[in-house]
Amino acid sequence: MAAPMVEIRWHARGGQGAKTAAMFVAQAVLAKGKYGQGFPEYGPERRGAPMRGFTRIADEPIRRHCGVENPAIVIVLDPTLLDSPAAGVTAGTDGDTVFLVNTSLPPAEIREKLGVPGAKVYTVDATQIALDSFGKPIPNMPMTGALLAATPIMELGEMKEAMQKKFSEKFSQAVVDGNLRAVEKAFNEVVSE
Amino acid sequence: MSLKRAQELPDAGIITEAGNAVDFKTGDWRTYVPQFHEENCIHCMFCWIYCPDSAIDVDTSGDKPQMKGILLDHCKGCGICATECPPAAKGKAALVMVREEK
Amino acid sequence: MTRTVNQELTALSGNEAVAYAFKQARPHVASAFPITPQTEMMHKFADFVANGESSAEMILVESEHSAMSAAVGSAASGARTITATSSAGFALMWEIVYIAASLRLPIQMALVNRALSGNINIHCDHSDSMGGRDAGWIHHFCENAQEAYDAGLINFRIGEHMDVRLPAMVNYDGFIISHKEDALYMLDDEAAYDFVGPYKHKYTLLDPANPVTVGPLDLTDYYFEHKYSQLEAYPRVFDVAQEVFDEYADLTGRRYGFYEEYKLDDADLVMVILGSSAGTAKDVVDEYREKGVKIGLLKLRMFRPFPADQLKSVLSGRQAIAVLDRSASFGGWGGPVFTEIRSALYGTADQAPLHNWIYGLGGRDFELGHAAEVIDALQKIASGGEVPTLNLLGCRA
Repeated sequence: MAAPMVEIRWHARGGQGAKTAAMFVAQAVLAKGKYGQGFPEYGPERRGAPMRGFTRIADEPIRRHCGVENPAIVIVLDPTLLDSPAAGVTAGTDGDTVFLVNTSLPPAEIREKLGVPGAKVYTVDATQIALDSFGKPIPNMPMTGALLAATPIMELGEMKEAMQKKFSEKFSQAVVDGNLRAVEKAFNEVVSE
Repeated sequence: MSLKRAQELPDAGIITEAGNAVDFKTGDWRTYVPQFHEENCIHCMFCWIYCPDSAIDVDTSGDKPQMKGILLDHCKGCGICATECPPAAKGKAALVMVREEK
Repeated sequence: MTRTVNQELTALSGNEAVAYAFKQARPHVASAFPITPQTEMMHKFADFVANGESSAEMILVESEHSAMSAAVGSAASGARTITATSSAGFALMWEIVYIAASLRLPIQMALVNRALSGNINIHCDHSDSMGGRDAGWIHHFCENAQEAYDAGLINFRIGEHMDVRLPAMVNYDGFIISHKEDALYMLDDEAAYDFVGPYKHKYTLLDPANPVTVGPLDLTDYYFEHKYSQLEAYPRVFDVAQEVFDEYADLTGRRYGFYEEYKLDDADLVMVILGSSAGTAKDVVDEYREKGVKIGLLKLRMFRPFPADQLKSVLSGRQAIAVLDRSASFGGWGGPVFTEIRSALYGTADQAPLHNWIYGLGGRDFELGHAAEVIDALQKIASGGEVPTLNLLGCRA
C-alpha cells in the first residue's frame, strides 16, 4: 500500500529562495524512488513580495496540478508573514498540519501567534544560520534541512548529496559548501517542544 | 484550356516543372511591335537584359551570345528593348517599334 | 509495462523536458523569439546548441512573425525545423501559421499555452491554441511534463510522415506544466533518435537537379483544388498517428491515443477535459468512484485533427456529459471544445445531454473543488434537475 501523498506549502517573500527550495525538494526525493512535484505561484516577481510555493511527494506518479489547498506541512520562510492575513499561512490547515517556521522565537509563542492550538510547530532560526554559514540572509536551504527533522522524507546525507549534484552546476564549491553546512546546522537546531 | 483535377496536382501548389513560363504564350496582343534590323546590331544584349518577359531570342552556342530576333509568343510590344537599344555604334538602332496590324 | 529500452526517472520542468525531446530529434534549424512562458524552452535548447549537444542552426529573429517565416523558409529548403511560442507570440505568427500548413511543411512547434490579452496576463489558458485551431496544424494537448516530452518526439513522426506532411504543435499549459518540476521518464539520445529517424523531405528548394517553385500565386483556377488535397491529409493523420502511438508504446510502455479514457467503461457521467486539469480531475473522479458515483473522464489529447468518429462511439450511451473549456469563444455558443464535441455527437441516437463549463481563464487555478462542482452538476442533470447548458467555473460572478 502506497503511503499517502505529502503536500507542502511554502510561504515566503520574493528573493528568499522558496521557489528554488520547493522545486529542489521535489527533485531530491527522486533518489528515494519517489515522485516529486514542485512549483511556485508566479505573481509579480518583486523582491519582498509575499509568494507561495508548493511541493508534493508521493510513491505514485502525481496527477493533480492545482495549488496545495490542504497542506500536511506549512513552511514559513519569513516570520513577518505570520502577521499578514493576506499571506494566508493557516488557510486550509487542520489539527494535523505541521508548521515549520523560520524564527528565533520558541514554538509555543508561534503557535499562539498562528492561532492553531494543538498543532505541531517547529521553529529554527534559519536566517541566522544562513548568515553564519554563507553570509547571506537566504533561509531556503537551511529550511529544507529543518524539514527533514520535522518529516523524515529522506536522510540528511541523501539530501546533501542531491544538493551537491544540483547546485555545483551553477555555484562555486565554496557557496555549495556553505549551504551544506547550513542544511546540517538547521537539521540539528530545529526544535519542537 | 482544360484544368487539372485536385488529385493530379502536386501537394501544396508546388510547381515542379522549371522554366515553364516558356509554355505560357502571352504575346497575342500588341499595338507596336519591335522590328529587328540585324545589320545595325552589335549584340550588346541590352535588349535581352531589359526585356521584362522572355521575348528576345538569343543564340548561346558560340563564344559570345548572338541576338537572333524577337519571340513574338512572349512580346507584348512594350518597347523597352527599342528604348535601350544603343544606336551609337552604327548610327542606327537595331530595334525599332512599328505599328502592328493584323 | 513492457519497456524495451532503459529509461531513467528524472525531474525536469515541462519546458526542459520538451527541449530535450526537440534536441533528441536532431533538428537542423531552430528559429524563435522569446515570450513568457515559452522562453525557458528555447533557452534550454540554445544551451544544447552552445555546448555542442545539438548541431542545429539557431536563428534569432526580431519577432514571432519572423520566427515562423524563417521556419517556413527552412522547412521548404528541406531542413527539420523547430520553433516555439506562447500567446501573443502565436498571434503575431498568425499569417505564417496558415502558410506552414498550406505548404505542407512539417515544422514542429512547442506552444506553451498562455492567455491572450487583454488585459495582459502571462498565465495559462488555451485561447492561443484554440484561436489557431483552423490553421491546419496538428494540435496535441498534454497533461504533464511526461506527456509533453513524449508528444514532442511523437509529433515528428506524425507530422513528417509522407502521408501527412503537416506541421504539428505540442500544447502544454503555461507555468502549470512548463515551469513545474515534475518527474518523468526519458529515452536516452540514441533511442530517441532511432525512434524519430532521419528527416526526409518531399520537395526542397536546394536541389538544382529538381528545381521547384514554392508558394506561387494561386487564384480562382487552382487554389480550391490545392485546399482539397490539404483537406485530404487530415483523415490520414489518424492511421499514421495510431501506428506511431503503437510503436512508442512498444518502445516505452507508455501508450497514447487521440484521447485517454479514464474509468469510462461503465461510466454514466462523463467529464471531457484537456491539458493539466485532467490530472487534477482524475483525483476527484477517484473520490466520487469511492462514493459509488459512476463518473468517468475523457481526456482529449488530439484536438486537430478532431477525432469525431472515435468520440461518437466512446461518448454514446451516457446519461450526462460535461465538456470543460479553458478558453472562451467570444460571441460563440460555448467554448471551442464544447461546440466541436456537440457537433460530432449531433444526430447520434442516444445522445446524452451536453453541458459546457468554461474555467481557468488567465491561469485561474483549477481546484479539486471545481471538478467536484462539475460532477455534482452531472448527477443533478442525470436525475432530471435543471442545469444551464453554458456555465462558468471558478469565476466570482
